[in-house]
Amino acid sequence: MALMDQAVTARPAQQARHGWRPRLTLRSREALAGYVSILPWMLGFVVFSVGPIAFSFVLMFMKWEIITPPQWAGLENFRRLLADPLVPKSLWNTLFYSVLAVPLNLVAALFAAVMLNVGVRGTNVYRALIYLPSQMPAVASSILWFFIFSPTYGLANGILGWLGIPPQKWLWDTDLVKPSLVLMAIWGLGNAMIIFLAGLQGIPDALYEAAMIDGAGTWRLFVHITLPMLSPSIFFNLTMGIIGSFQVFTNVFMMTSGGPGNASLMLVLYIYRNAFVFFRMGYASLLAWILFAIVLVVTAIQLRVSRMWVYYEGEVR
Amino acid sequence: MNGSVVARTRGIGPGFLGGRVARRRLSHLAVHVVLLLMVAASSLPLIYMVSTSLKPNGTEYEFPIRWIPQRFAWENYRIAFQSIPTLVFLKNTLIIALVSLVGELLTASLAAYGFARLRFPGRDVLFMLMMSTLMLPFFVTMIPLFVLYRTLGWVNTLYPFTVPAFFGGGPVFIFLLRQFYLTLPPELDDAARIDGAGFFRTWWSVLLPLTRPALATVAILSLVHHWNDFTGPLILLNSEDRFTLALGIRLFRDQYRTYFNQTMAYSTMMTAPVITVFFIFQKYFIKGISMTGLTGR
Repeated sequence: MALMDQAVTARPAQQARHGWRPRLTLRSREALAGYVSILPWMLGFVVFSVGPIAFSFVLMFMKWEIITPPQWAGLENFRRLLADPLVPKSLWNTLFYSVLAVPLNLVAALFAAVMLNVGVRGTNVYRALIYLPSQMPAVASSILWFFIFSPTYGLANGILGWLGIPPQKWLWDTDLVKPSLVLMAIWGLGNAMIIFLAGLQGIPDALYEAAMIDGAGTWRLFVHITLPMLSPSIFFNLTMGIIGSFQVFTNVFMMTSGGPGNASLMLVLYIYRNAFVFFRMGYASLLAWILFAIVLVVTAIQLRVSRMWVYYEGEVR
Repeated sequence: MNGSVVARTRGIGPGFLGGRVARRRLSHLAVHVVLLLMVAASSLPLIYMVSTSLKPNGTEYEFPIRWIPQRFAWENYRIAFQSIPTLVFLKNTLIIALVSLVGELLTASLAAYGFARLRFPGRDVLFMLMMSTLMLPFFVTMIPLFVLYRTLGWVNTLYPFTVPAFFGGGPVFIFLLRQFYLTLPPELDDAARIDGAGFFRTWWSVLLPLTRPALATVAILSLVHHWNDFTGPLILLNSEDRFTLALGIRLFRDQYRTYFNQTMAYSTMMTAPVITVFFIFQKYFIKGISMTGLTGR
């Protein structure tokens, strides 16, 4: 009892000796250091993300052509939106492109990753060469593919010639322009492939060994082990793929300018035109928010649905 | 994540088709054939670009395609380089790439240190908030930012491409570095603290030097990103003396559209440094991209 009393009374005395340093304040000093360390990011977050999002929300209701002062326009931009035939057109084009480009890109990337993961000799060289196109500057690859798709002298028709297929008009054909862009997107499968490859390498050998002892064949191993274990990578690539493909811009801007006959007018190209060619900042903000809403809804749906098919090892349910 | 891991036999593959060596050899042959076809598909456009860039004027339109030029017209590169102020574009591109690299490495590391090593209320919520900016479409913020930059008098200057880099360096880089900090043993911090170092001294002198491989990854990804960046410069830069290479190549294409061979020479010149950097630092690329795949978790 006496000892305990001593201990209790000793503490304040010790604290006094050290000034007011010990425990609790160490923690708050750590917290302070924590906030300071992320301060640059937080400032950037407010100035370059939150602020602009809020501002662009207000801009939706404004009429502002940069040179004239901004005016409150109420719902005028919304009325314009409903009457603008290019909005459904560009939404349809973007959707059409995404629905083709994202799955095909993922399947091709997964196939390449699985082949690389077999580990034949020279895998590093194969991997580098298949990955490379995705790192090419987008402007440069757009110019390159513009020539590849040339109806008179391009590589695409050259290859069709080898196969005995008559030449096509590619980017100059309203039906072929979007599939042409999809073809180009598949060429850039590198990043998705590397992420799949990392995922494949994280699958423990023991799972395959156990399944093989039970007599599973290659296809069943793939469907019952590889795919479920890879589901987080598939989910990531699918989400980022959709977000990216809804924002396809540089290649349509450089190669087709949305043509022929608006057949490749994508949503972001239309936003760009409204904002930086016609300087309709308010209307462009409204269109950008439609894009934002689509991305949010798609991501939310994916997050919801992913609980049913994405398997995270070590996750407690 | 490195080469030796790739080389191991894993995943599905014809390796599982049978135990016998002969069978396995045959199936490896099949994998080689498939991979060679994929390499052909990915390389053919690049070979086409280089081949076309070396053709003498006028012969680039020949069809069927002649893969080896009649004469190697190296002058295409000189002409392409000299017909527009390429050196100015190169200078602007390098200023943007190097200045923002410094900002990104410094502030992304600092934020990563905070998110990985320090405990403070709201940390995890802020981290989630940061990661959620990954899906923010570029144009949602670009329109208001254009207005902001215009007010500041920053349109047609390099500031919009360098200053923001000093404010955190973007979610991907913070995430990559944070993951790396998490792999360092916490005893390091304790030891530094016992030796009397404060939190920032611990970061700068003890932890930062140990994250060098991760910093290299961020540096490579950042340099390639700024080298390739097109949309931002397209919107914000409008006079030739401020152009970057990505805008330069577009300028060349628009002015000399008919010189298909020289346009390809310009494209090759702009792509070659990226390819060189990629082959030298392949390991870092692969590591960085692999890790971005974890951001979904």
